[in-house]
Amino acid sequence: MYEVASTYVSKEHQEFLKSVKRKNIMVRVTQLAILVIFFGLWEIAARYKIIDPFLVSQPSRMLKTMLTLNQNGTLLMHIWVTLSETVVGFTLGTVAGMFIAILLWWSDFLSQVAEPYLVVLNSLPKIALGPIFIVWMGNGEAPIITMALAISLIVTIISLATGFKEVDEEKIKLLKTFGATKMQILTKCVLPASVPTIMSAIKINIGLSWVGVITGEFLVSKAGLGYLIVYGGQIFKLDMVMTSVLILSILSALMYVFIVYLEKKLIRWR
Amino acid sequence: MDNVMVSLKNVSFKYHTLEGETEALNDISFDVYEGEFVGVIGPSGCGKSTLLSIISGLLKPSRGSVEVNGKIGYMLQRDHLFEWRTIWQNAILGLEIQKKLTEESRSYVKDLLKKYGLWEFRNYYPNQLSGGMRQRAALIRTLALKPDILLLDEAFSALDYQTKLAISDEVYKILKNEQKTAVIVTHDISEAIAMCNRIVVLSKRPAYVKRIYEIILTSDDYSPIGRRKAPEFREYFNSIWKELDIHV
Repeated sequence: MYEVASTYVSKEHQEFLKSVKRKNIMVRVTQLAILVIFFGLWEIAARYKIIDPFLVSQPSRMLKTMLTLNQNGTLLMHIWVTLSETVVGFTLGTVAGMFIAILLWWSDFLSQVAEPYLVVLNSLPKIALGPIFIVWMGNGEAPIITMALAISLIVTIISLATGFKEVDEEKIKLLKTFGATKMQILTKCVLPASVPTIMSAIKINIGLSWVGVITGEFLVSKAGLGYLIVYGGQIFKLDMVMTSVLILSILSALMYVFIVYLEKKLIRWR
Repeated sequence: MDNVMVSLKNVSFKYHTLEGETEALNDISFDVYEGEFVGVIGPSGCGKSTLLSIISGLLKPSRGSVEVNGKIGYMLQRDHLFEWRTIWQNAILGLEIQKKLTEESRSYVKDLLKKYGLWEFRNYYPNQLSGGMRQRAALIRTLALKPDILLLDEAFSALDYQTKLAISDEVYKILKNEQKTAVIVTHDISEAIAMCNRIVVLSKRPAYVKRIYEIILTSDDYSPIGRRKAPEFREYFNSIWKELDIHV
């Protein structure tokens, strides 16, 4: 019950393990097949003019665009601009959100005062603030990062503050019977108990930061993937648009995978 | 045996909520002597847990006085082991909070874990252990602070019947072995008779002391399971049952 101690594995169990493995392989193969078929059909349909490659682009042309952009050295620069903006916006949103959520947990008075403001700020579409940020901060990276921050901050505060309050009262009582201070209750119980909540907030934040950065780049930018998408759209170069979207989806997927890896490292006790 | 460890004198307690005030305890007085196991029993919601919170100092009585001679350890209804900490880290939690983690206290916890069969499991996480082992780990976490008096707040009520019998037996032996005094709050009449020297029966809310029973059982076996076989057990049970006066 406590340990899989025996090295002996029965035939039945071997069969079971094999069937699980087989199923996992099938899932992977199918996933890969869908990707290959999708791009294959796209390529073929465009090549035989079933669809208009001028409007929907085509994988081979996307590859060519990627190579040309790479040759003149701008591709990596655009990726770097968007990626750095996202990482900075995401980090700021998560850290500031966590800090404010801790303050709200600490002081019930503050929490009650802040509630209506959080509700209003949460339902406000943050994109509406874009022009204001641009007027205040100019057309550099600052308004874009602020956009990413604005979109992720309030959600982080609300989900973390709720998570902190849901920590088992009895666990806190246990610490109180040991004579724990409020700081000890926070660091020994509330924060570690909230690691799953924090991780899920982080996952949501990643997505929201991408949204914030790309919309920010739509509104004002001289570089970045969002800039490439808007620019490509304006000059009707759908190859450029599609290529940027593809790169964007790969980047966000990689970032998500990284967070999941981090989560596994952090929550070993599950 | 005559040292008074806990002395309650005319303790009353009121809860204040927006809906009004609720009188939970009304003029409660009794003493607990060294080495004694005192049971507190009463209908559900009568304020038994409040009484423990007052003894432990988590709540201040509205009136009356509480005198405690010795350190207090508290056992809650469930084990409340922190699932992100290993058994070892859980066992030293109280020491960590009170900043008493020394070479000496560590080796004391180590001895306790060894003595009660958890040393090999020190690096396991709570959800890898059985209910009984978890309960033992929780007890060691409390004992690590070397309390003189243990307060058990329905400590076994979350367990199924068989486990409960086995664990209360085990905890009883450990506490007797470590020569502790205990105040045991429960709603289980047989558990109280099996474990306690005296039983304080409380009334419905606002609770007052209805009667205090001296439990004297003629049994050769002093474990709670053995005590359940004593001929007087049934008489006590019936008498306390009547005293509790439960109508559904």
